[in-house]
Amino acid sequence: MSLELQNVSMSVDGQMHIYNTNLSLKKGTMNVLLGRTSSGKTTLMRIMAGLDVPTSGKILWDGKDVTGMRVQDRKIAMVYQQFINYPSMTVYENIAAPLRLMKKSEDFIDKEVRKTASLMRLSEMLNRKPQELSGGQQQRCALARSLVKGSGLVLLDEPLANLDYKLREELRAEIPKMFEESGAIFVYATTEPEEALLLGGNVATLWEGKITQFDETAKVYHKPNNATTAKVFSNPSMNFLTFEKKDEYIYYGTDHKVLAKDVFEDLENGVYQAGFRPNHLELKVKNDLHLHFDAHLEVTEITGSETFLHMSYENENWIGLVHGVQDLEYNSNLSLYLDMRHVFVFQSDGSLVKTASYSENR
Amino acid sequence: MARITLSDLAHSYVQNPKNEKDYALRTLNHEWEDGAAYALLGPSGCGKSTLLNIISGILTPSHGRILFDDKDVTFEETTDRNIAQVFQFPVVYDTMTVQQNLEFPLKNRGMDAKYISQRVSSIARSIKVEDIMHKKAQGLTADQKQKISLGRGMVREDVNAILFDEPLTVIDPHMKWELRTQLKALHKELKHTMIFVTHDQTEALTFADKVVVMNVGEVVQIGTPQELFEKPAHTFVGYFIGSPGMNILEAEVHGNHALIGEHTLKLEHTYKALKGKVELGIRPEFMTLCEEGRGIKIEIERIEDVAHHKIVRARYNNANVNIIVDEDTIITDTMTNMTFDMTRVNIYENSWLVEGEKI
Repeated sequence: MSLELQNVSMSVDGQMHIYNTNLSLKKGTMNVLLGRTSSGKTTLMRIMAGLDVPTSGKILWDGKDVTGMRVQDRKIAMVYQQFINYPSMTVYENIAAPLRLMKKSEDFIDKEVRKTASLMRLSEMLNRKPQELSGGQQQRCALARSLVKGSGLVLLDEPLANLDYKLREELRAEIPKMFEESGAIFVYATTEPEEALLLGGNVATLWEGKITQFDETAKVYHKPNNATTAKVFSNPSMNFLTFEKKDEYIYYGTDHKVLAKDVFEDLENGVYQAGFRPNHLELKVKNDLHLHFDAHLEVTEITGSETFLHMSYENENWIGLVHGVQDLEYNSNLSLYLDMRHVFVFQSDGSLVKTASYSENR
Repeated sequence: MARITLSDLAHSYVQNPKNEKDYALRTLNHEWEDGAAYALLGPSGCGKSTLLNIISGILTPSHGRILFDDKDVTFEETTDRNIAQVFQFPVVYDTMTVQQNLEFPLKNRGMDAKYISQRVSSIARSIKVEDIMHKKAQGLTADQKQKISLGRGMVREDVNAILFDEPLTVIDPHMKWELRTQLKALHKELKHTMIFVTHDQTEALTFADKVVVMNVGEVVQIGTPQELFEKPAHTFVGYFIGSPGMNILEAEVHGNHALIGEHTLKLEHTYKALKGKVELGIRPEFMTLCEEGRGIKIEIERIEDVAHHKIVRARYNNANVNIIVDEDTIITDTMTNMTFDMTRVNIYENSWLVEGEKI
């Protein structure tokens, strides 16, 4: 089984919603579409499902062109943010519903329902009604129904967004385990980078209707090949700094000059963007290979074990994440350090020049 | 601004409540300090919305009283309580401009035009909407509309309190940072009494001076983020706060020794004889994954690389154990054991924290 999008694009009333896209998804894989609201996640899923026909391009299922084929005639399942169950039916009948529509035998239905229920950890609840279940169990019931009919393609559009934070955390950890066995192609849309990391598999980062990178999730996170991907796949967002490389030195801020080592060493002379994640800004110097900043601290947020620093540096807004509870004065100057090994170098247009050296071996 | 006192407050949606289970909100005594920022945190169905509705006056409690400073407002209507509210979904007047939306609560109160203009421009600056002041609200994105709702909630200086009911639910993760920071800065500046309801621990912990953690109709702990993290008063707080939450292991405690599975740990405190269910709690952040030969052997199920750290998911003595490992640590096949930072271990008796005596 495979699903392939060939030169697919979508425009509505002259506005581009999806730019020319090529994507190939394989059997038994989890594929996360990661992007902000209105980046094109749902549009792309509707095209994959056959709910919408793309303006141009082809959709191939197992090599066969299915562009324009009705959604009913494809073996797909879709789960939405707002999970839907039949309130008057038991969990058993909810899961059995698609199979009854397909007029399967009682024996077959019973076997499949119990198998799927066990996968979704619902075996003990088959005789209950949906409203007697917790929110997480209700969503698992909806997920079970999407799996039971043996769809080759399961599309999940932010399926955990309406759940409590803690339930979401548990289901995120369970979903990959539960789905590994089914062998279908999964496409999972989310706005949250943490969710993508926990789900694993592959990720396609989306930005304004374009896929900016598609690869194994960990690889995209650790080795983004452009600044937009790095920004989308980081929460809080990646921080950026403009600097100039000139001979042996790099120049940044109003008057900072540092010997160009590590990632900076072999750069050609020119102006670049340095990108670094919030947890790599530090309050203390750890080694010689660092940049130093005097940032303006605006607000801090304390989580109990860590402190988020919201600050501005030159014309950039940065967020830092440091260990421990830091009692710092608001609206004050703050001395910060950044290890050169944690810096990604991008061109001014956002294309990657050098991956941070700490990321190289991952 | 006012101090808000809850006195023997409880609520049941049932006519003649018989036992604790009939109460959506169990008896609660609490004083909300004037000018402080609080968060009400808990899973859905924990009673946090019931409590918020009692404070705002949408709901009259079945038991007890609520006071604003020294005035009993238990039976007062919402409109007489002088509070501002911000809801989950933006409430703005689509046909009005941003400016008019922000002015509305002040005009309604017959404030002086000069004051209104000053006040509105100061709020607009704080929430960074100065460049869209003359736009009609209907053309704005959900994020921008919710910003306006927040701004309108903050515009009156004379309110007793501002209540927020999950105001960031519809907001994209990257915008949540911005809105939260603005709220926080506004609180520092204006010192309103604020109560913020949420099920999201990050929101609660980062916003509030003090967090009120609720579960099944009961307040289980009120504390600073640090207190909730380091000394959860109940295993529920340990579980609910932190990602992943605190590890809870069945234990037998005798004096200053704890037996977990087949291993004995020497504790930093000594405990009186404990009855019922005894458990040891330790956060994933305070554990170390180490080589064989040290600590206690565990069965590692998988390792998740989640951005700035790794989570080791393991089993020990029929319980899940999670360990947080630094992103730079390379985990080898021989790292199969766990050790605890013993200064961070908490002991629970029937789910409640017990304080031992320092040795």
